[in-house]
Amino acid sequence: MGLITSTEKGLYCAQGDFYIDPWKPVPRALITHAHADHAVYGHQQYISTQDSVAILKYRLGNHIQITGYPYRNTFTIKGVTISFHPAGHIFGSAQVKLVYRGEIWVFSGDYKTEDDTISAPLEIVPCHTFISECTFGLPSFRWQPQRVIFDEINAWWLDNKRSGKTSILCVYALGKAQRIARYLDTDTGDIYTHGAIQNTHDVLHACGLKLPKTRKPDNRQHQDTFRGSMVLAVPSAQGSSWMKKFPNPEIAVVSGWMAMRGARRRRGIEKGFVLSDHADWQGLTDTIKQTGAEQIYVTHGYTHLFSRWLTEQGYKAGIMETLYQDEPEQHDDPLVEVEES
Amino acid sequence: MKPFAQLFRNLDSTNSTQEKIRLLTAYFQDDISEEDKVSTLALFMGRRPPRPVKTSLLRSWASEISGVPLWLLEENYHIVGDLAETLALILPPPQDKSDYTLSQWLQHINNLRGQDAEYQREKIIAYWNMLDATERFLFTKLITGGFRVGVSDKLVMTALAHVAGTDLQDMMLRLTGNWTAQELSWQVIMGQAENADISRPYPFYLGYPLDESTENELIVQGEQMVEHYQAEWKWDGIRAQLISRNQNIYLWSRGEEIITEAFPEFGTPELTGIDFVLDGEIIVYKDDKPGDFGMLQKRLGRKKVPSKMLKELPCRLVGYDILEYMGSDIRHLPWTERRTYLEQIIQDLASPHLALSPLLEFRHFEDLRIQRDAARQFGAEGLMLKRSEAPYYAGRKRGSLWKWKLDPFTIDAVMIYAQRGHGRRANLYSDFTFAVWDNQGQLIPFTKAYSGLSDAEMKEVNTFVRKNTLANFGPVCSVTPQLVFELAFEGIQLSTRNKSGIAVRFPRIKNWRRDKPADQANTLEDLHQMMHKKEF
Repeated sequence: MGLITSTEKGLYCAQGDFYIDPWKPVPRALITHAHADHAVYGHQQYISTQDSVAILKYRLGNHIQITGYPYRNTFTIKGVTISFHPAGHIFGSAQVKLVYRGEIWVFSGDYKTEDDTISAPLEIVPCHTFISECTFGLPSFRWQPQRVIFDEINAWWLDNKRSGKTSILCVYALGKAQRIARYLDTDTGDIYTHGAIQNTHDVLHACGLKLPKTRKPDNRQHQDTFRGSMVLAVPSAQGSSWMKKFPNPEIAVVSGWMAMRGARRRRGIEKGFVLSDHADWQGLTDTIKQTGAEQIYVTHGYTHLFSRWLTEQGYKAGIMETLYQDEPEQHDDPLVEVEES
Repeated sequence: MKPFAQLFRNLDSTNSTQEKIRLLTAYFQDDISEEDKVSTLALFMGRRPPRPVKTSLLRSWASEISGVPLWLLEENYHIVGDLAETLALILPPPQDKSDYTLSQWLQHINNLRGQDAEYQREKIIAYWNMLDATERFLFTKLITGGFRVGVSDKLVMTALAHVAGTDLQDMMLRLTGNWTAQELSWQVIMGQAENADISRPYPFYLGYPLDESTENELIVQGEQMVEHYQAEWKWDGIRAQLISRNQNIYLWSRGEEIITEAFPEFGTPELTGIDFVLDGEIIVYKDDKPGDFGMLQKRLGRKKVPSKMLKELPCRLVGYDILEYMGSDIRHLPWTERRTYLEQIIQDLASPHLALSPLLEFRHFEDLRIQRDAARQFGAEGLMLKRSEAPYYAGRKRGSLWKWKLDPFTIDAVMIYAQRGHGRRANLYSDFTFAVWDNQGQLIPFTKAYSGLSDAEMKEVNTFVRKNTLANFGPVCSVTPQLVFELAFEGIQLSTRNKSGIAVRFPRIKNWRRDKPADQANTLEDLHQMMHKKEF
């Protein structure tokens, strides 16, 4: 019997009687990271990395019962030895390693291979069975080094500033917002943030994450003072009155989906920057290979295509059904749901 | 190709028409060769040379050098929605650079024509290896074709008019006809040289559908409407310009393609002598009455027409406007004056292949409504209303030429297949197949329809399709026959091409009949009755 199976409530380890990132309330849940579809409300006990504790409390409430472990520290539940290992996805994100009677299973959670200098960089954890996400599991997804994208973003900002415009980037409050803020060229101008982003910044700042100075726009501020500045907004703020206070806006979306013209245009997005906190095709295939695992399960993403490809490469591959947005493209608003995953 | 790639990136990241015009204007004013400017214009206006390399070969070479198996490439293509884009995305990063201009690239592509596959393979792999991501996409797109980047002909022409310091109408005239990048010079576009092509048509003046407010206005005019408007049938054929210049005859379709050879009727000496340009409708005319569109369709899309067909399905042009008379452009004259010339020339030419579109008698708007309802009996699909004082404009312009079509046929049908779209609509089920009941209680598919649903309905239908998929066949899936839609279409005729034996014209979704269960949809019998009723 495998160490992890998919059940109605979520991925479950029967030997240790605990769940990993379950989507329904359970007695005991290991949480890989704080994004909404991996960390839902209502579990009796949360277990996560130490780095995730503050952000989980911020998102789910101070009252949750939570235990945090440093990366790589092992602990045991009913004979199953557990440890968290960096996944490089967002601050505090982890893979979960389970060892039981010599058998090693790793659940990747969400991960990326490039070091964003905010999350602890992805660690390859050798294992027998690897459960991998594959959000961007198509060969057409190939990320450029983040430096290239940040240069593009900064050039765009400067360009907008010169024509008296306000630059607005739609990004996710947890993850993308910090990653981008970190690399914005503060010589160009001020950085304003949406409340959800600023709060997240503040929580992570208290955890020791270094970020440039950002602030929420002040309602008493004159419109013109925003000209030439950068605004980090959450996607749901698009079209809201909050957004309307910024004069002459140029809006861009930062997401891995922006790699496909069709996906961008279908949502009526004009400008897109291709940057993701998930691994691209190369990242996924390299990581899977490096774990040395013989058995691979894939979760959310283009699971059917990806598992077929893995099978052709000689892996024992299958799909593990989860509710972490399988077939992301078919969701009503994949930008919101998937990037949060 | 760098400036072109930059232009593309800029155009692709804005939805603002003004911004697009600004970008295009700046590009055409920029310091790039005139050759490149004409090439750019030709590409944006869809004047692309025929495809020199098979796309199946492009796929297999891309698969080979990227290590992506063909099946995965195909699946990936379905998701991306554009082949050139898919290939550009999966190819390994380039190792080389290039500084070829757009025109040089077009030349390189042209040189591949007729070469053997091995030669093409070597060249294309080398080319891919020297282009960055956008350039690669564009280069591949130049080969595969269908160059749509959200830039309409009108937008390009508006920008060019800015650059040339003229107006849109004038620019449209300079750019009519089926020129290629090689044939058209930048001087002609800029108005610094005459276009020597005597076959050139004028831009068609396109009517607007009659809207409610105009209809009310015309009703209010009462009997005074007669002073301001004339009315004719809206013929159900294909619109064309018949040009006679210098003893030569040219026939142009509304899509500005030359179709002279498809209609040898007009190649007769009696039509030459006086230089003129007529605007009219080509229809089949047999036994002293107009044939329906289905008959005309048999004549279309042929290079050469067999003489038997010429005899069985003879065509004529029903003239309804005149743009040039005795070599002079008379488009600026008011319609009533042009009408006089039109009557005159059709009488003078006295050709059996040329008829005059009759003016309809009416006292006020309500008279026209009655005539419109009878249009099908006269082989027409509605009425055209022409303002007496109006000149012949170029392109779409509101206010002087109204088309008032008959209400379409409608039928309630059941959705049975859904297909994913392409491009913008990749991964969205956007093409649907509809069926009606036969007398054995079987659903018989008879048409596809694409447009007509709102975004919200589209979303809902997509959710339905995903939850009710019965079987998948590539991008197509069959679904539980449950949803009923009211379909509208313009024409209906017998067909041997599908199971239902019926073909409809311009089908689209009119309404989602949430109130109707599938078993109450219409029947094949209903469709057949519809077809017989329309015959005359």
